[in-house]
Amino acid sequence: MGSMRLLPPTASSHAADMDWLFAALIGTSAFILLLVFGLMILFCVRYRKGSTADRGNRMGRTWRVETAWTIATFIAFLGLYFWGADLYVGIHSPPKDATDIYVVGKQWMWKIEHPGGQREIDTLHVPVDKPVRLVLTSQDVIHDFAIPAFRVRQDALPGRYETLWFTPTKVGEYRLFCAEFCGTWHARMGGSVVVMEPSDFQRWLDSQDPGPSLAQEGEALFRSHGCSGCHGTASTVHAPKLEGLFGRPVPLEDGRTVIADDRYIRDSILKPKSEIAAGYPPVMPSFAGQIGEDDLLKLVAYIKSLADKTAGNSQAGRTAGSAERPAP
Amino acid sequence: MTIATVTGKPGEPVVATKNYLTEEGVTLRSWLLTKDHKRIAILYTLSITVFFFVGGAAATLIRLNLVTPAGIFTPDIYNRLFTLHGIIMVWFFLIPSIPNTMGNFLIPLMIGAKDLAFPRLNLLSWYLYVGAGLLALFAILVGGVDTGWTFYTPFSSMYSNGYVVLALAAVFAVGFSSILTGLNFIVTTHRLRAPGMTWYRLPVFVWSNYATSVIMVLATPVLAITLALVAVERLLRVGIFDPALGGDPLLFQHLFWFYSHPAVYIMILPGFGVISEIVPCFARKPLFGYKFVVWSSITIAVIGFFVWAHHMFVAGISLYAGLVFSLLSYVIAVPSAIKVFNWTATLHKGWISFDAPMLYALGFIGLFTIGGLTGLFVANLAFDVHVTDTYFVVAHFHYIMVGGMVSAYFGGLHYWWPKITGRLYPEWWARIAALLIFFGFNLTFFPQFILGYLGMERRYYAYPPEFQFWNILSSAGASILAVGYALPLFYLGWSLVRGKRAGANPWAATGLEWQTSSPPPTHNFDKTPTVTRPPYQYRPEAEPQDA
Repeated sequence: MGSMRLLPPTASSHAADMDWLFAALIGTSAFILLLVFGLMILFCVRYRKGSTADRGNRMGRTWRVETAWTIATFIAFLGLYFWGADLYVGIHSPPKDATDIYVVGKQWMWKIEHPGGQREIDTLHVPVDKPVRLVLTSQDVIHDFAIPAFRVRQDALPGRYETLWFTPTKVGEYRLFCAEFCGTWHARMGGSVVVMEPSDFQRWLDSQDPGPSLAQEGEALFRSHGCSGCHGTASTVHAPKLEGLFGRPVPLEDGRTVIADDRYIRDSILKPKSEIAAGYPPVMPSFAGQIGEDDLLKLVAYIKSLADKTAGNSQAGRTAGSAERPAP
Repeated sequence: MTIATVTGKPGEPVVATKNYLTEEGVTLRSWLLTKDHKRIAILYTLSITVFFFVGGAAATLIRLNLVTPAGIFTPDIYNRLFTLHGIIMVWFFLIPSIPNTMGNFLIPLMIGAKDLAFPRLNLLSWYLYVGAGLLALFAILVGGVDTGWTFYTPFSSMYSNGYVVLALAAVFAVGFSSILTGLNFIVTTHRLRAPGMTWYRLPVFVWSNYATSVIMVLATPVLAITLALVAVERLLRVGIFDPALGGDPLLFQHLFWFYSHPAVYIMILPGFGVISEIVPCFARKPLFGYKFVVWSSITIAVIGFFVWAHHMFVAGISLYAGLVFSLLSYVIAVPSAIKVFNWTATLHKGWISFDAPMLYALGFIGLFTIGGLTGLFVANLAFDVHVTDTYFVVAHFHYIMVGGMVSAYFGGLHYWWPKITGRLYPEWWARIAALLIFFGFNLTFFPQFILGYLGMERRYYAYPPEFQFWNILSSAGASILAVGYALPLFYLGWSLVRGKRAGANPWAATGLEWQTSSPPPTHNFDKTPTVTRPPYQYRPEAEPQDA
């Protein structure tokens, strides 16, 4: 039989904050619970039928009491709301220096791809004390990437990128679950998150056979799907150049401006007519149904690797890819 | 259920010779074609009891499976079990439970009417319910459904290999039964009140069912449309929710919860009504803050439409949507808290006795308070991110739905049993059942809060071994709970034949339903009553009194 544990391991900076919030919620609830139960028991004993307790001077008008407890309750609730909202905003604001790791959920496994090209299934290795941002998507139904020890989870949706970030604070191995019901083997879709000392993590990365980095593979796909014909640096077609694009604002034909993030790149490949960059004719064909989730991630990684390049450097992908790869 | 005219033993009240159980005849035909709201209420009670035990059997198997970390059933069987449990309990027990049984029976009696406004529609509503229920059972028998009661897309529309469309059709059809009942209650409350029965003289039970009916009429069509769209995508491959076909999976969740969150209030508001009747009667005091209790029901019904996305804090909604929906969820907790405070204050300086209905009512207040307070946890954005889809959520809503609503249902059933059947149940057995249910319930569901915070996910047929301790406690509690729920079946059944005659008003309660005989005649009142006083005018004396 399992032990009588009360709390999961606390292994991220957010997890510690969350446990304080939990304590505050329990404190508030315990206060209200003791008040209500205490009064109920007191009244039930004191004013039971047959007791001789004084029942004179009953409260006649009730609105003062009602207003008082309504306002008191509301103020206490608001305090809890702001506390939780503040933490929620925090877990939706990844730091700029977070390492991106790509995760694809599919019935019933998690495929994980590190920027250096290392791949793993159902296990995620991360270094301690370094922020990590996961970019999640799904190849079929909705899944959910849940790490109780970090107190975070996020649905992985087909056709979309969602993100989730954390900074692990304790070396160890923690449970990873799928939290959104996804079919027969839902309960078996999980594994572990392994938090390592940075040097151990480096050794682990090196011990993997990485093959080409994600961005390098993306570059190959960029050519094989013919993207480079228009978007390549040597191309003479009037198409948006991708060097220096990622993370910058893009003015659209309809007057809006969007940030060129993972989602925008993905949508531009699959639904090129939905957000047309200003000044370019909408002639790009859709690649929906032709590129799988894995390959899409590689293309996005490639375009992301061009972020710091200026047009004209055709070796962008290769250099960026190897820069992310650990030195031997 | 036949009660012949009996000359009672000396000192026992004599059963009314003219009552609804025998007046129209005792043939099956006279029951199946009845338009009497009281007989339809009985038909509903019998049918929801069947579904309650079907859903309960599934729950028993679920708890049995979770005794060991590896599980006992195959995942496909387990997935079908929790889907069956959810669909049956939500749509075929909880939603119709109080409105269609006690609401049907009592609303006309409480407002001094002869029947509901549309008796034929009322009967049609029952037939829709039974038809839909049979369809749901059929879907289960031919192979079952493995989507969960929430039917999330694109799993339900494109990937599940169960009998999804049959189940969707069953839920679609039972929705119309809800809509018809809601419509009937709204019109009845507006049009058929007895002379002098002003809105502020209505018992809170009527107000609660009125608020419930408004939600039923407004929200249920959205569910029907949503489920129809899932069926269209599944059968015709039209892209609505599946991104592979150009759809949006979150659209489904928005539509589904736009119904299903208000549906939570459909399930709990009538329970508030029952408790607001029982507590004043057994505390011999008027309900504290009548108008606050009434308006908090209405407020809940209205705000209940604007909190749905708190089910989706990790589903991929925007940060701002999360902030707004969490705030609104905290706002809606306030009127619920007001009710708890009012029931507690009603006890102050009363003459409290602890008959079975009161035990259920006190149990309700306790369990609902825990359920409501943990609602503050899951409405909290950061906290919810950690516990969404874990057993914390499962425990939370079972405290509301089972601890709250089912306790209220049993409390009401005991309170009005003498009115409905003309018989008294054995008091001690009823008290034992009430205590067993309270104890068993807490043992079943409290460990699940801890499991949830530890990270045990919902809908897992197998789990890591470190969760076993709390799962065993929970399953042990479930076995006690099962005994507690089965007991009333026996002693209430026994009382139909052997129970003492009740008389018109065994609790010395106020309220029009206690002024007519037990069981009431088909037309409820020999003479239309006239109302001159607000409800709950219990005089500050201990001794019984007339209404």
